[in-house]
Amino acid sequence: MEVAVCVKRVPQVGGRIVVTPDGQDVDTRMSGFAISPHEECAVEEAVQITERLGGTVSVLTLGPAEAADQLRDALALGAHRAVLLEDGGREWGPAGTAAAIVAEVRRRAAEGPGCDLLLLGNEAADTGDYQVGVRVAHGLGWPCATGIKHLEITGDGARARREYRGREETFEFGLPAVITVKEGINLPRYPSLPGRLRAKRAAIEQYQPQWQPEGLRKRALRVPDQPRQQATVLGTGADAVPALVRLLEELGVLK
Amino acid sequence: MNVLCLVELDEAGVTDASLRALTFARSLATGGPAAPGATGPVVAAVAFGPADRVPASLLGRYGVTEAYVVEPSALDGYAPQAWARTLEGLLSVTLAAAVVAAGTDCGSEVLAHLGALTGQPMAANCLTASPEADGTLAVSRQRWAGLLIEDAILDGTPALLTVATDVVPPVPVDDAADPAVLVHEPDLDPADLRVRAAVSAGRDGGVSLATARVVVGGGRGVGGPDGFAPLEELARLLGGVVGVSRVVTSQGWRPHTQQVGQTGTKITPELYLACGISGAIQHMAGCASAKHIVVINTDPAAPILSRADYAVIGDLAEVIPALVAALKERA
Ligand SMILES: Cc1cc2nc3c(=O)[nH]c(=O)nc-3n(C[C@H](O)[C@H](O)[C@H](O)COP(=O)(O)OP(=O)(O)OC[C@H]3O[C@@H](n4cnc5c(N)ncnc54)[C@H](O)[C@@H]3O)c2cc1C
Repeated sequence: MEVAVCVKRVPQVGGRIVVTPDGQDVDTRMSGFAISPHEECAVEEAVQITERLGGTVSVLTLGPAEAADQLRDALALGAHRAVLLEDGGREWGPAGTAAAIVAEVRRRAAEGPGCDLLLLGNEAADTGDYQVGVRVAHGLGWPCATGIKHLEITGDGARARREYRGREETFEFGLPAVITVKEGINLPRYPSLPGRLRAKRAAIEQYQPQWQPEGLRKRALRVPDQPRQQATVLGTGADAVPALVRLLEELGVLK
Repeated sequence: MNVLCLVELDEAGVTDASLRALTFARSLATGGPAAPGATGPVVAAVAFGPADRVPASLLGRYGVTEAYVVEPSALDGYAPQAWARTLEGLLSVTLAAAVVAAGTDCGSEVLAHLGALTGQPMAANCLTASPEADGTLAVSRQRWAGLLIEDAILDGTPALLTVATDVVPPVPVDDAADPAVLVHEPDLDPADLRVRAAVSAGRDGGVSLATARVVVGGGRGVGGPDGFAPLEELARLLGGVVGVSRVVTSQGWRPHTQQVGQTGTKITPELYLACGISGAIQHMAGCASAKHIVVINTDPAAPILSRADYAVIGDLAEVIPALVAALKERA
């Protein structure tokens, strides 16, 4: 089973999100970076699939040269190959990103064993465009399921489930296919020490896809107004419990 | 401008997220310049299901002027690409210049397919959209699960937009009239039906995290899997459920179904009682719509205190059992 996983490098913002003075980016001077959470689970899922069925996991990212760090994180979790599509310092939209992924999948298929299963996150943590996976599937002419929280790969088919409005939706289709997953599909493992060492030494293939303009054009980013102010302190420790009970009464949540 | 809106049906008629999307679609339709001599713009809705389950008067109250229904005999159940193909076919019927859907799993997926089928851009989780003089739309949309807003230009024909499910309020019209319900036969490609959902009943009938009136939140401060028993008991006494932070699920202390936040569930309770949670923005993205937030935390400088209504400074392992005892005594 040849599984490819698309991951995105996103800022690891903590207590506050700050926009750069020109309004074009998130200020990342104080933050680290990580693989977007849904995609971290996609890597884990891919590794589990190849542990069961054999085969290799290729991890793929479109990003700056520094995104090699996230590829190495994925290699440390058990991915076998890493490909960096360099973004040339530009912000790529969902259609261009999908086109670059499609081109890479085709290039691979022309050179060797093609991809049987392509996994992505349901949406990237930062841009939240909710469409790259679907556009890739159309580009390749493959079936696609999104928002998946439970996946069984059986020989040449997939059975993918998600919960929607309190009910469970199951999709069954043949491979090759594109599947986007959500956090919760598994619990990603911690990288082992040998995994980390292997990742450190691994070669990373690099390509430079052609950027293309998009129909959705960012003008500026801003932080929404925040209605809540500093909390009123009711008290300290168990001594605050009577005040807390009175508050719950006032809020009308006591039966 | 004529606008086509995907409407999701449920037991109550139309989902809350779809009523919000209809409200958004209506303001987009009436926001642009009217063509001379033209009657009002069309707000067309399309729903999938038996025609007799389409609540025409409810749709009318939300400004729908034409309602199309695709019956199970033509297309049974949920098949995202087939639904998108149906919307594509309705473009020429409704002369819609924009297509709108709720930013739900279903709406996002169907509009993404429509974007791929038509080769047009799609703006996800929009809050506002208004026509510009040059025919483009000025949109504002959520990024980072609503922690940031992007102001952007959407240049596409048709313009494809999903609507944030938790911001745009559903607003009915004053002068409602029932729209005609027209049965539509979509023209589908066999490949459109390759992926289609088999639906089964949900697992448990208990109170769901997304709709609970009270959520008792537990974070790293709970200390481990055993620390949750008092939180469960408190939630039971308040008729609510337990929600947790990502630290708790990634440690395996609790299942991911209980996670509140950007990559978990968005909650909308009357009361969110957040215990041992620092208030990282990705967590707050999931609970910002709570009516009241009350915090129990040992650290008076924890970021969550600047986004909460009330706080108790203290060890949750001491405060929660005392609160449980007080509530039991009261009962
Ligand atoms: C892209 C992305 C998406 C994410 N999505 C989510 C998400 O959906 N949900 C989510 O929750 N997080 C999410 N996170 C993670 C988030 O950034 C934080 O790491 C996480 O929310 C922190 O959890 P916490 O508050 O439990 O832990 P901490 O930040 O460690 O806070 C623990 C708090 O407990 C208090 N405390 C400690 N002991 C006690 C005690 N005995 N009594 C009372 N208080 C005590 C401490 O003072 C502290 O404030 C995401 C991160 C990223 C990068």
